[in-house]
Amino acid sequence: MQPSPLAHHFESLDKQAHASRLAMWIFLATEVLLFTALFAGYSVYRFLFYDGFSQCSRSIETWIGFVNTLILVTSSFTVATGLNFAAKGQGRKTGLFFGISVLFALAFLGLKAVEYTHHFQEGQLPGPYYHFAAVKAAGGPLFFSLYFLITGLHAFHVIVGMTVLIVIGVLAYRGRFSPAYHVPVENAALYWHLVDLIWIFVFPLIYLI
Amino acid sequence: MSPSPPPPSESPAFAPRNYLNSPETGLRSWLTTRDHKRIGVMFLVATSVFFAVGGLFALLIRIELLSPSPFIMDAMTYNRLFTLHGVVMIFLFMIPAIPSGFGNFLLPLMLGAKDVAFPRLNLLSFYVYVAGALLALYGMVHGGADTGWTFYTPYSTTTVTRVVPILLGVFIIGFSSILTGLNFIVTTHALRAPGMGWMKMPLFVWSIYATSIIQILATPVLGMTLLLVAIEHAFGWGLFNPALGGDPVLFQHFFWFYSHPAVYIMVLPAMAVISEVVCAFAHKNIFGYKAVAYSSLGIAFVGFFTWGHHMFTSGQSPVDAGIFGVLSMFVGIFTAIKVFNWTATLYKGSIWFKTPFAYFIGFLFFLVFGGMTGIALATVSLDVDWHDTYFVVAHFHFVMVGAVMMAFLAALHYWFPKITGRTYPEGWGLVAAVMIILGFNFTFIPQFLLGNMGMPRRYFSYPARFHALNVASTAGASVLAMGLVIVLVYLLIALRFGPAAGRNPWRSRGFEWDTPSPPPPENFEVTPVITRGPHVYDDEAVEYPAHAPEPKHAT
Repeated sequence: MQPSPLAHHFESLDKQAHASRLAMWIFLATEVLLFTALFAGYSVYRFLFYDGFSQCSRSIETWIGFVNTLILVTSSFTVATGLNFAAKGQGRKTGLFFGISVLFALAFLGLKAVEYTHHFQEGQLPGPYYHFAAVKAAGGPLFFSLYFLITGLHAFHVIVGMTVLIVIGVLAYRGRFSPAYHVPVENAALYWHLVDLIWIFVFPLIYLI
Repeated sequence: MSPSPPPPSESPAFAPRNYLNSPETGLRSWLTTRDHKRIGVMFLVATSVFFAVGGLFALLIRIELLSPSPFIMDAMTYNRLFTLHGVVMIFLFMIPAIPSGFGNFLLPLMLGAKDVAFPRLNLLSFYVYVAGALLALYGMVHGGADTGWTFYTPYSTTTVTRVVPILLGVFIIGFSSILTGLNFIVTTHALRAPGMGWMKMPLFVWSIYATSIIQILATPVLGMTLLLVAIEHAFGWGLFNPALGGDPVLFQHFFWFYSHPAVYIMVLPAMAVISEVVCAFAHKNIFGYKAVAYSSLGIAFVGFFTWGHHMFTSGQSPVDAGIFGVLSMFVGIFTAIKVFNWTATLYKGSIWFKTPFAYFIGFLFFLVFGGMTGIALATVSLDVDWHDTYFVVAHFHFVMVGAVMMAFLAALHYWFPKITGRTYPEGWGLVAAVMIILGFNFTFIPQFLLGNMGMPRRYFSYPARFHALNVASTAGASVLAMGLVIVLVYLLIALRFGPAAGRNPWRSRGFEWDTPSPPPPENFEVTPVITRGPHVYDDEAVEYPAHAPEPKHAT
């Protein structure tokens, strides 16, 4: 038998689930604000260094960004499917679908690594390390400072999200959740959706416009 | 609250089984506790230690300024000291002291809950705070920083002092602030006792709730900003350095987007305390409950749109500056709503002039005086003259230190019996309160005058014409410090030898007094059912405080 998931200070599982869900949404709000600072900085510098930023933006591989967008959106779909199975009490399928999502996440990180390697070879590097021959316009070093900060922080979130999916997926596979109580699965899915959502903003901001 | 608590004569003076002695008393049981009351006490102890450290720095600064020329230290030491004074007082004392300390202890008690929503997260928040504080402390001992607590770029990214550990320390403390804020919001939503609707929540809870909203929305931006400064200082990425294409004004925007709301993270909990104290010691219903409750949210909301008033001289357009100036004055409206309601609460009350009430009077004076000078500073044309002078220093010390310290001390005395189960010596309490209030005035009123005469802040030496007022300010600071030492001494003695207080020595109607003092580990013997509003003193059940003046006018 599993120990009851109800903590001593809650009246009911419903209230406890409500509390966990609310906490997750608040936490996601803080995550959004964390990235907002970087996005705001990026927007300001794009405005100040129009030429440098647009040339640098065109110099990076749009196709990798595009494929990564597809990968992440698909992974969101598989995570949502996993959550759906958890709500029906089919924990094994939840575990499997979370596993598939983790594979997508690995593919995303793999492509990102290819991209980073390319940047290092070309000298598309932040601040004083910048020696990219193709873009001489002012703002190039700043573009890559912000590029690495934003995509780096996002990649960090992908890694954290992956870890969460693995832990919760394994627990779900072992049958720790029930249709009545699967808030941890919900919260893991919410977190993963946020990681995707942030990328949905990163992709156009850095690669397209 | 039902079932109604036993009358105090029947309850034992010192609750035999309480959170201090059960389930265990060892150090280990404290360090691994998930009891919000113990975590609150640990926060109070930690923040008080940093209050003393920050105060010591302040005294050293004041001693140096006794003389227009170098006196006891060199310029670099002086720069480090005022930076550390600011960092310690703001990030290590004021921001966590009332919310994480008293808030932790009181919020579940006031809501009739057994604990906060996430007790383990709560303990984590404490350790994150300690880790950040230790890192910042390490930075201070090893080189310190000379940037001022505002870390303005490009100076902060090029200074030779070791600013990175301090930045990272503050960054880490931010997570503690976020975790505590998140915990409190969820607790308020999910763990109110049966019968407690939003309009039956004590005003303390309303203010702490508003504070928590600011904590979770503003802190991430500060965290990111300080991280960027640290990265720039360490690797020279040029994000805010104009020599490398960066924009230092962008840093100021980011910084004040957090740090102005942070002022309300400090002062809203102070208002939370005062709303409780004024009812308990006037022994009267709060006047305008809804107005006081909603004005807390109003301050939290408007506080997010005023940050530009720190940058009137940083090259903002006159339109921007004007808008920020007017928005800043809105804060004054919400604050005035509170002040008028508090004073209206006193009207026809049976006032019991005890130490917390003395601090309430001090609070009211400092808040109004500091607030009015704030309105003056929000006027762009005046601010251009006063910017970066001692006028600004005196203004924000009146609000942030004066008002917040008054509230902290009022809370410490008002809830001392609840937290420890013992009473403090009332006579010494009043003596210290008078010394602190007078000392504070003598410290900072001269600084208003100095600022108006044109003395810039953060300067190591000054022309001889500023000498007399600086000496007066230092004299005031020493009286203030003496008062605080007296408080420390008698509270430590009372902790051990103070007479048992009994369940509710103030005959307060606050829900937290319905349980024994100190409270049992699970807060209430039976889950309370709330049947009356908070701060209700006009029903039959009300007991007047022993020795308190009888109400002169039946209301």
